[in-house]
Amino acid sequence: MARPGRRRVAVTGLGVVSCCGIGNDAFFAGLSAPAPVGEHRVYDFDPSPFFDVKQARRADRFQQFSVASAQMALDDAGNLDVDPGRAGVIFGTGVGGLETLQEQITVLVQKGARRVSPFLVPMMMANAGAAAISMRLGWRGPCETVVTACAAGTQAIGNAARLIQLGRCDAVITGGAEAAMVDIGIAAFGNMTALSSSGVSRPFDRRRDGFVIAEGGAALVLEDLERALERGAHIYAEVLGSASTADAHHITAPAPGGTGALACMELALEDAGVTAGDVAHVNAHGTSTPLNDLAEAEAIVKLFEGAGPLVTSVKGVTGHSLGAAGAIEAACCALTIERGMIPPTVGLEELDPDIHINVVTGAPVPLPEGVLLSNSFGFGGHNGCLVIAPIGFSSPGAPA
Amino acid sequence: MDNEAAFDKFKSCAVEVLQVPAEKITLEASFSDDLEADSLEVVELVMALEEAFDITVEESELDGVATIGQAFDLVTSKL
Repeated sequence: MARPGRRRVAVTGLGVVSCCGIGNDAFFAGLSAPAPVGEHRVYDFDPSPFFDVKQARRADRFQQFSVASAQMALDDAGNLDVDPGRAGVIFGTGVGGLETLQEQITVLVQKGARRVSPFLVPMMMANAGAAAISMRLGWRGPCETVVTACAAGTQAIGNAARLIQLGRCDAVITGGAEAAMVDIGIAAFGNMTALSSSGVSRPFDRRRDGFVIAEGGAALVLEDLERALERGAHIYAEVLGSASTADAHHITAPAPGGTGALACMELALEDAGVTAGDVAHVNAHGTSTPLNDLAEAEAIVKLFEGAGPLVTSVKGVTGHSLGAAGAIEAACCALTIERGMIPPTVGLEELDPDIHINVVTGAPVPLPEGVLLSNSFGFGGHNGCLVIAPIGFSSPGAPA
Repeated sequence: MDNEAAFDKFKSCAVEVLQVPAEKITLEASFSDDLEADSLEVVELVMALEEAFDITVEESELDGVATIGQAFDLVTSKL
């Protein structure tokens, strides 16, 4: 649906590196399969199609995920033929190159300051992923990194869509990547008691006991819709709107009653020019932590004045890949629309009796007509929501 | 250590750090033109050489070092 004064945004390419599958088909099939056993690492990731040996040595794993997912998305999008000055990169990450930082601190302690790698800074900096993508493609438009913990991927996509809506860019590669599964990262999240002690991700389940840390990356090619139509691109979906808000409440706990999440979802729907009644499906943040899932479910009930539309959290399979999660889930939304099926919330066996939303469990279900809402909430009180829709969607409830 | 043994050791460091084939490590080879090594990679190579040869190279001593031969002379001057 056209909004006066702004261009429409098409999703024309997707690339996913996830522990449940690399590439769109493997990833989407993996979302409906049992969760991977053990740690949610991307064990079969091979950087060699994307980097020569020397480049790979100079790129932290999070940067490798950034570039790999971006290149896959670009290949998927076909011939963009975009002016490099009007092509941007907006990528998210929670922490950047933590593995490199940990390695070099060990070098510092064991061998002294003179042995610390001159590549530490360019490898660990959070913007290394976005920078590497722009250098690889020669894209010289805005190239920025969003660092808002677990909301980073979603907020990056919202910001990227804005660049197209406002006419600054004709194409943007956006998404997020994370590779924080190193000793210091796991210890730190573990000591916050944020991680599941059972090692099982169970979004919205009565027995959920924390999130299961994961790694990965996902990228989307966003493009001016008219341009995408003109060049005959395959269009997965349209980014109708987005919102970014802060709880202004607590550095790690969500605002009670999900008030921050609610405000963000409402704003995203308003930005998209649709109503709550237009929402067919919510791709939830659903981390499997006691606090998040309760607050998010309360926000959903308030927004829809009842159980509302079908809700899924893919984190039962993917685990929680922090700054990559929102991008992986936005890619899931695009595939959900393309294939007309909503993946289930794997790991959910017994809905928490305090949670009163309509969660998809067991097997995929057909996607009803309507728009999708994708939520991400990050430590720091960062909230991000995207409204993603089939390209022909028109809100019956919206003002003409 | 004779000169040949020292160069072999130098070469193995350069191959490892710069990720280039051993035959490209010649005395005449330029870091930037022949080996595609930027200034940070030269610093990393020197760090590896310091460790391999148990020497110390000050940052100021790297001024004007543009070829493998110049870097090798710098190392051997400290042995």
